[in-house]
Amino acid sequence: MKPIEPIGCACATVNNNDSRPEKSGIAGKIAAIAAASLVWYLVYRQLEPFSRFFAYDLLGLSESSHLGEAVAFFVYDTPKVLMLLTIIVFFVGILRSFFTPEGTRKILAGRRESVGNVLAACLGIVTPFCSCSAVPLFIGFVTAGVPLGVTFSFLIAAPMVNEIALVLLYGLLGWKVAALYLVTGLAVAIVAGWVMGRLKLEGQIEDWVRAIRTDPNLVPDSRLTMNDRIQSGWIAVRDIVGKVWFYVLLGIAVGAGIHGYAPENFLAGIMGRDAWWSVPAAVAVGIPMYSNAAGIIPVVQALLGKGAALGTVLAFMMSVIALSLPEMVILRKVLKPRLIAAFIAVLGFGILLVGYMFNRII
Amino acid sequence: MLIQVLGPGCPKCVELEKSVREVVAEAGVEALVEKITDFQKIAAFGVMATPGVVVDGQVKVVGRVPSKAELKEWIAG
Repeated sequence: MKPIEPIGCACATVNNNDSRPEKSGIAGKIAAIAAASLVWYLVYRQLEPFSRFFAYDLLGLSESSHLGEAVAFFVYDTPKVLMLLTIIVFFVGILRSFFTPEGTRKILAGRRESVGNVLAACLGIVTPFCSCSAVPLFIGFVTAGVPLGVTFSFLIAAPMVNEIALVLLYGLLGWKVAALYLVTGLAVAIVAGWVMGRLKLEGQIEDWVRAIRTDPNLVPDSRLTMNDRIQSGWIAVRDIVGKVWFYVLLGIAVGAGIHGYAPENFLAGIMGRDAWWSVPAAVAVGIPMYSNAAGIIPVVQALLGKGAALGTVLAFMMSVIALSLPEMVILRKVLKPRLIAAFIAVLGFGILLVGYMFNRII
Repeated sequence: MLIQVLGPGCPKCVELEKSVREVVAEAGVEALVEKITDFQKIAAFGVMATPGVVVDGQVKVVGRVPSKAELKEWIAG
């Protein structure tokens, strides 16, 4: 087998080169985190008044001017989203340290399908996952007796539904859009995985995968202290926020531009809710594109601001993140073409349904 | 000593291999550093998250780039 080409991997590099956790008291650390959270909250509450002060008093812009609105929006949203991202990534980083692929596999192995699909999708949110590891993870799951459909539920949910996507959607587009994304993302992962299981395509896994015998006890249990967990929260913050801040700024700048200046409805005709073909087109365009959740948010922001319908945009976002050509190329190493085709068809169809549903009801 | 770095070629894996070679050079131990990109071999170690480090057949770490201090412990210690 040829080694796979390096691809731009859209995942966090958990790297702790300079981390030698000093042995300070755990109580002190928790107190420090509590104090920092309080300060966080107090600062967070001041962001809105400060942005108004900055734009309208300090810069003397008029409250009714486009520029004034745009500046206030930018000065408010940038720290808001970055602060939200920091605190959520920190606590999710700690939460994640309790979940490992090995542990998740143990939970999922031998599960009945329906329950297994739901569990797998939910575990996909909290289990650390990197698309580079999709293949070893797939092999590890399938050889340990996790049903194929359940494995797919996990593989769909893991990259698609995560804290970064949710925070950014919440910060930039409001909690309703974030909640919709969470619920529909999970639903797509559960249902698509379940359907994949019904198709009985187990024979379409490459034969060498089935031949692999692994000892699940080869990988040492990671025994982490609370100190290590807090440490991994910090590492996640440094890593993710350090990587994602640029997309956040870009998204907010786009948003500020749209916010301040009258939204053109130039996309409404082609991506509006009345254009039935816009949803399949959005899904199709999304497949060859590959991005992580953070990278796609500025585009989502721009599309929505220009009059595209929410369902169409959500379908586009899911397609880009979950249904990417590069990932299919990687998965081709373990799946025969028929299974890949079925996967694309089932997932694509699920995303289509989401798009149409939201264009209908919202 | 045989040190195997598991990883299909993502940036982390490249970083880890470099790190391992540096530690080996610093510690002055005689070790063969091997990069494993083949999924079949990676999976045979029971590893589900890359990158990983295997020292003399024993999986030391998976899913993250260990610190140099940790590497030193496994390699020189």
